[in-house]
Amino acid sequence: MDFAFTEQQEMIKKEVAALARSFSLDYWLEKDRKAEYPVEFIEAFKKNGWLGIVIPEEYGGSGLGVTEASILLHEICAAGAGTSGASPIHFYVFPPMPLIKHASEALKRRYLPRIAAGDIIMSFGVTEPNAGTDTSRIQTRAEKKERRWVINGRKVWNTNAQHATKILLLARTTPREQVAQKPFKGMTLFFADFDRSRITVREIEKLGRAAVDSNEIFIDNLEVPEEDVVGQVGEGFYHLLDSLNPERILTGIEAVGIGKAALERAVQYAKERVVFDRPIGKNQAIAHPLAQAWAKVETAELMCWKAAWLFDHGRPCGAEANTAKLMAAEAGFEACDVALQTFGGYGYAKEFYVERLWREIRLYKIAPVSQQMALNYLSEHVLGLPKSY
Amino acid sequence: MKILVPIKQVPDTATQVKIGADPKGIDTTGITWIVSPYDEYAVEEALRIKEKRGQGEVVAVTLGSERAKEALRSCLAMGADRALHLSDPAWENADTLTVARALAAVIKQEAPQLVLFGRQAIDDDMGAMPAQVAELLGWPCASWIMEETISDDGKSVRAGRQVEGALDIFNIPLPCVLSAQKGLNEPRYPTLKGIMGAKKKEIKDVKAADLGLAADGAQLLVVALEALPPRPPGRVIPGEPAEAVKELVRSLREDAKAI
Ligand SMILES: Cc1cc2nc3c(=O)[nH]c(=O)nc-3n(C[C@H](O)[C@H](O)[C@H](O)COP(=O)(O)OP(=O)(O)OC[C@H]3O[C@@H](n4cnc5c(N)ncnc54)[C@H](O)[C@@H]3O)c2cc1C
Ligand SMILES: Cc1cc2nc3c(=O)[nH]c(=O)nc-3n(C[C@H](O)[C@H](O)[C@H](O)COP(=O)(O)OP(=O)(O)OC[C@H]3O[C@@H](n4cnc5c(N)ncnc54)[C@H](O)[C@@H]3O)c2cc1C
Repeated sequence: MDFAFTEQQEMIKKEVAALARSFSLDYWLEKDRKAEYPVEFIEAFKKNGWLGIVIPEEYGGSGLGVTEASILLHEICAAGAGTSGASPIHFYVFPPMPLIKHASEALKRRYLPRIAAGDIIMSFGVTEPNAGTDTSRIQTRAEKKERRWVINGRKVWNTNAQHATKILLLARTTPREQVAQKPFKGMTLFFADFDRSRITVREIEKLGRAAVDSNEIFIDNLEVPEEDVVGQVGEGFYHLLDSLNPERILTGIEAVGIGKAALERAVQYAKERVVFDRPIGKNQAIAHPLAQAWAKVETAELMCWKAAWLFDHGRPCGAEANTAKLMAAEAGFEACDVALQTFGGYGYAKEFYVERLWREIRLYKIAPVSQQMALNYLSEHVLGLPKSY
Repeated sequence: MKILVPIKQVPDTATQVKIGADPKGIDTTGITWIVSPYDEYAVEEALRIKEKRGQGEVVAVTLGSERAKEALRSCLAMGADRALHLSDPAWENADTLTVARALAAVIKQEAPQLVLFGRQAIDDDMGAMPAQVAELLGWPCASWIMEETISDDGKSVRAGRQVEGALDIFNIPLPCVLSAQKGLNEPRYPTLKGIMGAKKKEIKDVKAADLGLAADGAQLLVVALEALPPRPPGRVIPGEPAEAVKELVRSLREDAKAI
């Protein structure tokens, strides 16, 4: 067994940490306050070629694995950027994955180099208001009109839709009733232009990550040429499926990084803040929760690396990826909560930075997959219990 | 133009340095190691010279432990073409003069037109190397430079040194030694492609014998490191500002003897 990173992975870790830490916590506080997209941050990562990390070399990327992408996102989060910094970069790793795996050669040649270069801002449209977690119930429809598809419907929670130039969109191409035996068939993935004459965008105000927009979108006769279907018509959901494990791993490692960033600040504060003539960290009521949170974050991190390793070695990793995301979302949130508590009243104040992390990390218990659905996966597919829904 | 950049691996600037169990050195557990920041200015400047001239070679060199290879790898990731790692039991406990002799010997072998140092390594802050190496080579040296321009014919360099409130401008024939001051440039972060390419670039091991050098006992020996006594607490002078100022002036004059 070998737990060591390679020399190259160590370098990636170090250099990403340096670049990410060149953006101060005040930068992120400001972005959060003004709900401003972190353009400068993304530009810095774009300029140094990080956005193409998983895009294969023949399409202008670096062709690295989920492990390296996880190192990238971990260091961004550990630097204190939170989901404000991680989500935009995440979107150059996860939504491109189904394209890399399933798109036609022509589609890949056309778009992957531009994604790698950071010239495309992408949105991702699966979730719908009336379907929620049950993706088979989506109502967005695509109809074939000669050589193009015409799409109508509604999506919700679309990250990036304010600025996106492309959207990876899942739509029904065969009604659910006609595939009743296999309700996940009959859906198709499109890599569509984000055509604002056909898509109306409404931003959703939310608890955290104000810098990175979330939206509801209304699609009205969006036209997509048939060449822009990703993979096979009717198989869209299955094309997404093999990218879901990487997404869970990335989310897990982001939560780990955010938890570490919060703990780092809290531990420092616990050493310095004197109340009752002693540093507060001298009280076990402060020290033990910090130690406990540290241990849980470390444990969750191990599961993330294991899952990433399995994925990169082409092995099944559903159990590990779901466990990684489940435990990391818990541990990361606990770490932020303990950190906030350590700061006392100041934890509640914006200028001590932890409250932003606390608000942001809450997301990972809900999205991209909820804790309950991760547990459903483990119950059914790992423990072999009967399906509950 | 061939440019040689000697660099040193040092503890990260954020490190809280602790004296080790052996008081001759520091406790290295948990330390993150980096390329000394002034050396990064030197690497950056060398790369810019090469890029501006459209040709050339940048060679990073360090004398240090096995771990120091990481620092060379970072320079390669920034864009240096190759690296030399001077590592030999003969150089354990080397003092500045021993290191300068080794560097001068490797510079003679490599015969670059320019040697670019950082003004000092931020660990022991000796700042001796550029001048010592230049002296051993018999080359001209300008230290703490804030700007430089190589002449089109590649025969000389115009360098601006920082002095109080002004720049000291020199025209120096090449080959020469320069050392970089903060402000010379803003060092780049390595690109991902640079990091991946670094793996394929050469780091050549150089032993003392390869340079025709034998172990020469260090003349400068560290006896021990001592922590500074804790700083005495500050004093707050209470009362009305006008009265407090009088007391402050009296105290500065009589107690601290500062004015
Ligand atoms: C900030 C943010 C960004 C997002 N970005 C995107 C994006 O870019 N693209 C996109 O397509 N989506 C995005 N999402 C959507 C996200 O994936 C969904 O919110 C998530 O999948 C949950 O779906 P839902 O909100 O409809 O919850 P629902 O499906 O309505 O679920 C509500 C609750 O019921 C639970 N539940 C449902 N079914 C079961 C069951 N069978 N057993 C046990 N519990 C169950 C859920 O776990 C949850 O707690 C984003 C969401 C957020 C908050
Ligand atoms: C929104 C808000 C409104 C407020 N309104 C008012 C107000 O109107 N008027 C007012 O006077 N104050 C107000 N406060 C202040 C509030 O009462 C204090 O924040 C609170 O008493 C904690 O003090 P502190 O923030 O200085 O934390 P600290 O005393 O610095 O404590 C930091 C952490 O250490 C822990 N700790 C400290 N000592 C020990 C120990 N011996 N053993 C175990 N744990 C220890 C604390 O529980 C805390 O978790 C407000 C605070 C907030 C956030």
